[in-house]
Amino acid sequence: MASNRKKKTVLLQGNEAIVEGALAAGCRFFAGYPITPASEINELMSAKLPGLGGTFIQMEDEIASLGAVIGASLAGVKSLTATSGPGFSLMQENLGYACIAEVPCVIVNVMRGGPSTGLPTSPAQGDVLQARWGTHGDHPIVVMAVSSVSDCFSVTVNAFNISEKYRVPVIILSDEVVAHTRETITLSTPETVEVVDRITPNVPPEWYLPYEDNSRGVPPMAAMGDGYRHHVTGLIHDAHGYPTQRPKEVEAFTRRQFRKITNGFYEIQQVKKFHMDDAEIAVIAYGAVSRSAHRAVVRAREQGIKAGLLQLITLFPFPKTAVVSALRQCNTVMIPEMNMGQISREIKRVNQEKTKIIKHNRIDGQFITPDEIYDKLLRE
Amino acid sequence: MPQEMTELRDKYLRHDKKFPHVWCPGCGNGIVLGSLIRAVDTLGIEKDDLVLASGIGCSGRLPTYVDFNTLHTTHGRALTFATGIKLAKPTLTVMAVMGDGDATAIGGNHFIHAARRNLDLTAIIINNQIYGMTGGQHSPTTPYGCKATTSSYGHIEHAFSIADLAATAGAAYVARGTVYHTTMLDKLIVQAVQKPGFSVVEIMSNCHIQFGRRNEMPDPVTMMNWFKEHAVRPDQADNIAPDSLDDKFTIGVLADVEKPNYIEEYQHIRDRAKGDS
Repeated sequence: MASNRKKKTVLLQGNEAIVEGALAAGCRFFAGYPITPASEINELMSAKLPGLGGTFIQMEDEIASLGAVIGASLAGVKSLTATSGPGFSLMQENLGYACIAEVPCVIVNVMRGGPSTGLPTSPAQGDVLQARWGTHGDHPIVVMAVSSVSDCFSVTVNAFNISEKYRVPVIILSDEVVAHTRETITLSTPETVEVVDRITPNVPPEWYLPYEDNSRGVPPMAAMGDGYRHHVTGLIHDAHGYPTQRPKEVEAFTRRQFRKITNGFYEIQQVKKFHMDDAEIAVIAYGAVSRSAHRAVVRAREQGIKAGLLQLITLFPFPKTAVVSALRQCNTVMIPEMNMGQISREIKRVNQEKTKIIKHNRIDGQFITPDEIYDKLLRE
Repeated sequence: MPQEMTELRDKYLRHDKKFPHVWCPGCGNGIVLGSLIRAVDTLGIEKDDLVLASGIGCSGRLPTYVDFNTLHTTHGRALTFATGIKLAKPTLTVMAVMGDGDATAIGGNHFIHAARRNLDLTAIIINNQIYGMTGGQHSPTTPYGCKATTSSYGHIEHAFSIADLAATAGAAYVARGTVYHTTMLDKLIVQAVQKPGFSVVEIMSNCHIQFGRRNEMPDPVTMMNWFKEHAVRPDQADNIAPDSLDDKFTIGVLADVEKPNYIEEYQHIRDRAKGDS
């Protein structure tokens, strides 16, 4: 037993590290449907969960996968699903349900080229705005991006924690490069991983109002079967959980969804900075591309260029404060993306045309290399 | 009898819920709800231990009114949510109530795979042969030739039998009842819940507003009489000439098979996985 508590250094691919992170965060239910390049997450979960007393199930499609994940979470078990573009499209319906019913769960989308069957399985980052706006209706959403095997572990733990704390679905965007890159990673011991669990009601069942507002905007959540019988619905509902169309209740409900996330900006919006202290030119990147950007920045520094990297871990809620501060500090900001400019659109929106922005977009199914970014940095 | 009804109503209906309900006067959904409550009471299941999930449509509103752990999911997906709940907490009794379009059109894939998988769930399918809530469009069980708002010239597609579909897909228990034969319906629901594995009760029900009015059965009584005259018990069916069975349907238990259920099977996997490590 003692040896199990020691830190373990292992060689893992990104998909495997997501599984390790999920299990460390307390995930004990996984439902999924096979799809490349996410299948290793399914396979590893099916092997690991039974031994931990958890449950894996392969469903008939991705709609069903997220349905089962939401069901398991309503029964009190932390739940995960993983997919890629086509499956992520199918999940949008139940993603909205998780939003409106405030059901914690984590959805991994290992992005590949799209739309439709697209480019299986070349890397791409084309699902950024789908993650933000894919399900219909006004809703806030938390979207995080991973760039390395080590990220896959820590961001997954983080995603579960945010999901539990705010009662929201959290989307992790990975990509084909991160998913299948093997790197050494030192796995944290279970005792050192900070794990957040949803708050459960501490009032007698007859007093429990499942959707009652409070200062955090996050109502305590009772698991089905724990004696707090209540109604859960995808209709806009009142504090009891019953459907309502009263304008005051409808507005209060929707505003609370936004407020609870806004209240948590300080811990939800996560970024990493490299050489940003005195940077005059910054690269803003996320996912696997930020690795190339990091390498390019290091090389540019060697040439005396004051370059820096702002890596976005959280894509939504859009980390405006960190981005605006980089924009105001630098003369030029470069945004490399494996799409036609989904995050650069957001960055331009907050830039208000004050700082020079250079886009670098690749949509040929190929990874953006450090050289491409470095060459562009040199030219500025 | 009236006193017993009052007791059941007090015990199982939600009193903090704002009534009235959404259903039209004379709707069969109320009869199904009554039958479901009597079945649960007969089985003695604690309200805390029962989950009632639904999809979308008139049937989708049914759980709202009863004091169980209730879940109104997305259209056609009730069984997927129910699957997650049952796997996460197998001690719960999990039922899903669905409509014909809900369970077998948009939810058809989930339905056949739930039957095949044989997880211990009970599916109650209210078959009124129409999409009621959205205004009377034809569903997978609208009979050939019938009129609906999307088949005003007469329906040219063929209906399928929900019960046959369930049995073929591998459900452990399949029964069909009607809202006219309520004593039988109570028993069928009791048996379905008791059956380990996936069980299905298809209930022929009246939507006289959206289906009946367009098909010469404009009121509940006419539709009830239609159910009474066209329902045949399996033992009676043997004595009726096949030709005259064409517009009839069988009621009662249609399939009851023993097969390992998913929860038991998965527990074996857990035991093996723990043994291996």
